[in-house]
Amino acid sequence: MGMTFAEKVLAKRSGNEKVVPGQIVMIKPDHLLMHDNAAAITAKIKDDLEKHGVVSKELPVIVIDHVAPAASEKTATNHQDIRKFVKKFRITNFFDVGHGICHQIVFEKGLALPGGIVLGSDSHTCSYGAVGCFSTGIDRTEAASLILTGETWLKVPKTIKMTLKGQLQENVSAKDIILHIIGDIAADGATYCSVEFWGDIGQLSIEDRFVISNMGIEMGAKNATFPVDEVAVEYLNSIGLAPSDYDAIWADDDAEYYMEKEYDLSAIEPVVACPHQVDNKCLAKDLSDTKVDQCLIGTCTNGRLSDLVAAANILKGKKVHPDTRLLVLPASRKIYEEALDMGIIKTLSEAGGVILPPGCGPCLGAHQGVLAPGEKCISTANRNFKGRMGCKEAEIYLASPETVAASAINGRITDPRGDI
Amino acid sequence: MTKVWKYGDSVNTDMLFPGKYTYTCGTAEEILPHMLEDLDPDFAKGAKSGDIIFAGRNFGCGSSREQPTVGFKAIGIKAIVAEGYARIFYRAAINQGLVLIECPEAVQAYKEGAEVKMDIDAGEIIIDGQKFNFPLLPKEILAIRDAGGLLAYTRNKLG
Ligand code: SF4
Repeated sequence: MGMTFAEKVLAKRSGNEKVVPGQIVMIKPDHLLMHDNAAAITAKIKDDLEKHGVVSKELPVIVIDHVAPAASEKTATNHQDIRKFVKKFRITNFFDVGHGICHQIVFEKGLALPGGIVLGSDSHTCSYGAVGCFSTGIDRTEAASLILTGETWLKVPKTIKMTLKGQLQENVSAKDIILHIIGDIAADGATYCSVEFWGDIGQLSIEDRFVISNMGIEMGAKNATFPVDEVAVEYLNSIGLAPSDYDAIWADDDAEYYMEKEYDLSAIEPVVACPHQVDNKCLAKDLSDTKVDQCLIGTCTNGRLSDLVAAANILKGKKVHPDTRLLVLPASRKIYEEALDMGIIKTLSEAGGVILPPGCGPCLGAHQGVLAPGEKCISTANRNFKGRMGCKEAEIYLASPETVAASAINGRITDPRGDI
Repeated sequence: MTKVWKYGDSVNTDMLFPGKYTYTCGTAEEILPHMLEDLDPDFAKGAKSGDIIFAGRNFGCGSSREQPTVGFKAIGIKAIVAEGYARIFYRAAINQGLVLIECPEAVQAYKEGAEVKMDIDAGEIIIDGQKFNFPLLPKEILAIRDAGGLLAYTRNKLG
């Protein structure tokens, strides 16, 4: 009997020939991702750091992105503490305010490698499955322990095989695929499982795959991974990584799965996750009476160049409806600059969009675009939990950049395939 | 009698501890007043050491936010009994040295006012005299819980 992707990576990295679901293995991750929470994490082990230092200065990757630039004295002090830690222990992978969202930075800088393991004190660390990396989220205390030891345990997960068949319709995108899947399998449908994507995935760009892997956690998955095919190799090449720099791993054909699912992509329509759960699946076309006060394009889910391009294609020459507002956040400085060069930022601004600095922005309700009671926001983010954008009496709808852009024009939720 | 706080399915980390406080509240004292703020405003005022939490499926889903587990530990919550947990929350709870019990039958059997007793080491929970068994954790994980949490465990190892 063969092994799944997760079993193979964890067997290799724990020095076992074979592992089985449920088995506990010790592993040393390639990197440990932290963001603004690095301040709180390192504060937990202040004395230990004096005594033992960091296990490796290459292990941590720290990106200041969550409340960046700082919104208060408290958050500014957090950032200051992080910079001190970085200097003192000569941390190599540090990205200060303005670089972008942590997951995008790990991706762009080639810090997540096919067949590798990355842990991060952020739940969307699962995003790097897009390039065949085994990556998953952990809590702050565990991150603190890892800074000291470089090692932790992982339970070998069961694996779900998802086969994607058929071609997507125009103006239907990766976000619709994953919202559709989560709506089908439920927010806990893949809890503790590794998810593998198979089938007609050649049509999905590396950015599309990132969207899908990013939201793996929204169905409870430990990680959500794609094989390293030509599309992935080409992307990795573009950031300076040759196949000899990594060891791509994929499941054996006779691997054993806990569950198998098949989805027909051609039947998927623009999906909206209604408040207050990501699996509360509706169709955009059925929500045309829902007025929105704010429209958000950005976050680690959909703030990449292709997302901004998709939005600009819809908004070009049009205006944001006077009863709503559009916020746009490129996921990184690199994306921001590319969008500037392409004239995309100008298009979005001319349409009435507000361009915010690369970072998490209003996604977690800490600053820049917090909602008021009774307001509705349609967003390309990954979570619509009550209170997520800073106000528990506000409502968040999740959708693709195409749907959000179309909704911005009409001031109501709009299917991007129809008349806008 | 042991006080039980009962909640439903998919209680997410934003309900357990609102995201807007994640970069301003780090210590237990800062965390405690906001525990379950958007879910049950009585909890922060009323929860006491020795209380038990009952919940449905997917408890703790959402962010990798450990504040709720730090808060539960600081209050002295004796155990959380749920039908199921989100993975990061589960791990975070172990790392704080909390007792998590996965036992759907017990959750479904519990009615308000029922008397709850448990023998954690034996894997037993008794609700109004009816006994339910839950699986014990692997020894590698129990070692972390028994050390009083991951940092204590790591410190023992590092010396
Ligand atoms: S963009 Fe939102 S979901 Fe992504 S890392 Fe930032 S806060 Fe988290």
